Amino acid sequence: MQFFGVPFTVFGDDSLQYLNTILGKRAFIVTDRNIVSLGLVDLVGAELKQANIEYKVFDEVEPDPSIETVVKAAGIAKDFKPDWVIGLGGGSSMDASKSTLVCYAAGIGPLDLAPSTFYDLRATAKLMCIPTTSGTGSEATWAIVLTDVAGQRKVSLGSYETLPDIAILDPRMVMSMPPQITGDTGMDALCHAIEGYVSTWRSLFTDGPGLMAIKLVFENLKKAFDNGKDEDARKAMMCAASMAGTSCTNGMFGLGHSTGHAIGGLFHTPHGRAVGLYLPYTMEYLINGSEETAARYAEIARFCNISRDNDDKKCAKALVDAVRKLAKSVGQPLAFKDTNIKREEYIKQMEGLIDRSINELMTSAISRVPESEDLEKLFTYAYDGKPVDF
Amino acid sequence: MAVFGTIEWAKAFMEAINASKAYEDAATTWEGDFYFILEPGGAVKEPGYQYVDLWHGKCRKVDVVTASEKDKYKPEFILQASIATWRKVAEKKVDPIQAIVTRQLKLTGNMGKIMRAVKAAQELVNCVTKVQTEYPE
Repeated sequence: MQFFGVPFTVFGDDSLQYLNTILGKRAFIVTDRNIVSLGLVDLVGAELKQANIEYKVFDEVEPDPSIETVVKAAGIAKDFKPDWVIGLGGGSSMDASKSTLVCYAAGIGPLDLAPSTFYDLRATAKLMCIPTTSGTGSEATWAIVLTDVAGQRKVSLGSYETLPDIAILDPRMVMSMPPQITGDTGMDALCHAIEGYVSTWRSLFTDGPGLMAIKLVFENLKKAFDNGKDEDARKAMMCAASMAGTSCTNGMFGLGHSTGHAIGGLFHTPHGRAVGLYLPYTMEYLINGSEETAARYAEIARFCNISRDNDDKKCAKALVDAVRKLAKSVGQPLAFKDTNIKREEYIKQMEGLIDRSINELMTSAISRVPESEDLEKLFTYAYDGKPVDF
Repeated sequence: MAVFGTIEWAKAFMEAINASKAYEDAATTWEGDFYFILEPGGAVKEPGYQYVDLWHGKCRKVDVVTASEKDKYKPEFILQASIATWRKVAEKKVDPIQAIVTRQLKLTGNMGKIMRAVKAAQELVNCVTKVQTEYPE
């Protein structure tokens, strides 16, 4: 038995106007202060007012949102009694909104969410996500990533009930995104799409959005990075991010994400930059040990006109080269030594990096599951910028 | 060969766990007990409750109780499924976490705690595969 879920998705110019058509009394907007200062909450609020929906803003979501932040948001929501919870922002705000809905509507703690339990969250409130970046794809996924601050680790949670009902992709929300965030988040989208396409949890339904997302990222990320005013590139990247999210949430993420999460938990490297950095190393690792995955990478390379070679491995390696080339062109570090983390500091955390990676769900959804020894080598190679040869 | 869901099977499972270095390494900090519930259906006429107490990489106790005796234990986690699903998990045709996410395997308990012990969960399934198992048809 497999499922395929996708939110009702509104996209293109003036998509926010769709808010005029929704029915409800109160909306609880979960966001961060930067989004408020950019005036994006006002854009959403204006549309809600036209729909006669009262709204309250919780703007305390931090990057890598903590369990405590979500509990606080849910407490406020409980008093406000919204029938809509709206996640507005990047992945952090959208993930926090999903968890807020869970805690508010089910009356449980964030970590108590059990995917096999039906909570009937919609009896209390519906969920909408409006992204302001193009990468996380959280608007199209049921995944929630929170940070256990005390344990210095990211916790992945989710249930089919945390898939948003509606996703609104309005290009106005991403036009002011600075190049660095455009690059970071765009690499996240690419990572989602590639990992979803080769995941052992994939299905025939996930292949289409995954492939299209990869093609769109290769064709548009650099354009959006170089010229943030390029509306066509921005729109294409918004769609790519959502398609990539659809692909990986109905399939699964992979080793680039589990290693990237470990890095994020311990070194607070921005999510997209971390997973984008580790993606090519983990791809090489899979190519070296899994013909099945090498063949899937080759399909991607051929679909995106990166290589037409008949040899799957050569094609797959051409894809890895293309990923690195794209990453470099959008200001991404290609080795962890290029960040400001010293080698001794990195090596000192090796045990934690391995423990966190090996206990990520994504690590089990790939065709070559690494043990601790291989993970240690992978982390070392990625720090030094050495192509993976094992 | 032991029949899945019987005390003989549970004891064989316990032996397999306690012989597994890989499980011990993956679950060194794990503290938590389970009910694995076999739902009625097909050849399974009554629900079966298999109690498994896992502690720091070892299995401390197993037991099998009937529905009327289920209050004997108050485990931290409950995993419940049909025989067909248990068999798919045991034969590694479906990942245990994937089975939970797709609601084939119904989990009661702290998902966050389970999600921090993915490797241990997989090694536990590896232990199941080492038990010569007969499934009620």
